[in-house]
Amino acid sequence: MWLSDGTVAHLRAVADMPDSAGTRYRILEPVGRGGMGVVYRAEDAALDREVALKVLRTPEVQPDLAARMLDEARILARLEHPGIVPVYDAGTLPDGRVYCAMKLVRGRRLDEIVTPDTPLTERLRIFRRVCEPVAFAHAHGVVHRDLKPANIMVGEFGEVLVMDWGVAKQPARADTPHGSPAHTATAGTLHGTRLGTPGWMAPEQERGDVDAMDARTDVYALGRILRFLLDIGRAAPRPLRAICERALSSDPATRYDDAEQLGRDVDRYLAGAAVDAYRERVWERAARLYARHRTAVLLVLSYLLMRILFIAFG
Amino acid sequence: MHHETFPPGTPLPGGFPLTRLSVVAGTGHDDPALQREAWDALIRAYWKPVYKYIRMKWHADPDAAADLTQAFFADAIDAGFLRRFDPSRARFRTYLRVCLHGFVANARKAAGRQKRGGGYRILSLDFAAAEGELHRVLGTEHDPERYFRTESIRSLLGLAVSALREDCRDRGRETHFALFERYDLAETGVSPRPTYQQLADSLGLTVTQVTNQLATVRREFRRLLLEQLRAISGSESEFRAEAIELLGVDPDDVAL
Repeated sequence: MWLSDGTVAHLRAVADMPDSAGTRYRILEPVGRGGMGVVYRAEDAALDREVALKVLRTPEVQPDLAARMLDEARILARLEHPGIVPVYDAGTLPDGRVYCAMKLVRGRRLDEIVTPDTPLTERLRIFRRVCEPVAFAHAHGVVHRDLKPANIMVGEFGEVLVMDWGVAKQPARADTPHGSPAHTATAGTLHGTRLGTPGWMAPEQERGDVDAMDARTDVYALGRILRFLLDIGRAAPRPLRAICERALSSDPATRYDDAEQLGRDVDRYLAGAAVDAYRERVWERAARLYARHRTAVLLVLSYLLMRILFIAFG
Repeated sequence: MHHETFPPGTPLPGGFPLTRLSVVAGTGHDDPALQREAWDALIRAYWKPVYKYIRMKWHADPDAAADLTQAFFADAIDAGFLRRFDPSRARFRTYLRVCLHGFVANARKAAGRQKRGGGYRILSLDFAAAEGELHRVLGTEHDPERYFRTESIRSLLGLAVSALREDCRDRGRETHFALFERYDLAETGVSPRPTYQQLADSLGLTVTQVTNQLATVRREFRRLLLEQLRAISGSESEFRAEAIELLGVDPDDVAL
């Protein structure tokens, strides 16, 4: 039987299409593809709304990923934060593929939305909003482990969402014996396994050193993202470069402890205050204080000038 | 040859009765009947890609390419060079192509060797149909290696469609297959894909029945396709990688 190129492509897509017959979801179209599966725009018939349906590619060939996807769903269900995509439902489709229904995010990826024309302060505000959900996750003992611009969505109204928590490291469960793999990492993450994206991973992650991965591993990736945002525009001021360098330290002990600490240092820069990562010189301090309190300084100088003129000619 | 076991109960195509081995491994089985069935299944999956590859790569004329194709599989059976396949070093499809290179080089040195048939009855192969298919791409495809892969996928999908037709007939699901044929096998370059309403009208069904039956038959197609792929893969890891590549089509490039 001869199959044309068009039919071959269609049959491959048909075989890849999830079978949602009998479920509340009607698949509409694929909107993205990740390491674990495909994300579809789907209609939730029960609630009459559109959702993002993340479906594992093939259960026959990726049995370990099914557990990881359910892990991701459980992590997301626990992390209720405006910067983290809410999960609505998870389960198994009639064809055996694991799925996860999430809020359908309408927006663009960070690396698509930022251009050289984007002002530095705007880029930093976006970065700060990236730090917030990551800090929230860190406070709950969750480490994302795959932070990169492609996993950050910026919505129509400037809202920032951190996506793809599929390789996140979970906190230890109370009923899990200390030292067991489940105690230290997501199911399926064994020592020596490299999870994440080359170019955005911390050195300990590159080595697959699961025990060494903690919030500071995400701090490293955030440092990469900050550098990405700074490199898009003109040369960044020294304090910002210092923040980057501290976040990107090869030694986790000299990085920021978590995303919250990193975010606060960026806040200090935005507020015109001294940042922790940079010891400024006297003239730099004076220039910063002048920039921060320019109106007050000018008023005082004007007053002093008037006094001098009054004394001299009065 | 390294025999890698598959999970018990793994169905294989063409009635191949082994339940623990792929057909690749089955070609080296001690039981001649099982070995024969494994070869039949393997040749069914690869003869067209091999024929077309010989035509494109070495510019052999149709008769010479047909002889070389027959002789290649006869030699594979007689000499048993597929037994040297090591799944840790290459995918089976790649190994087959490398073997083909060596075979054609030797055959060209020793004229007359093409006539070897080894007494083994090769499946009746429709070379005229393969030639017709080849003419559809001549002048547009210039990379024989890429074409070999494309044709391997086309052959695999064709086998899965054939298996689906048999499966539907055996289960009394002729209407299911008719829906699949009219909707998913439709040549959209000629006319647009029919709507579910049009399908329902033409087959005396409701739209809901069309939706459900199409979902069922597609589920079966997916299962049979993966069975076929598993059977002609050299190892479980090769099957996984091939399945991801086969089904991992970029949604942006595919009109759904």
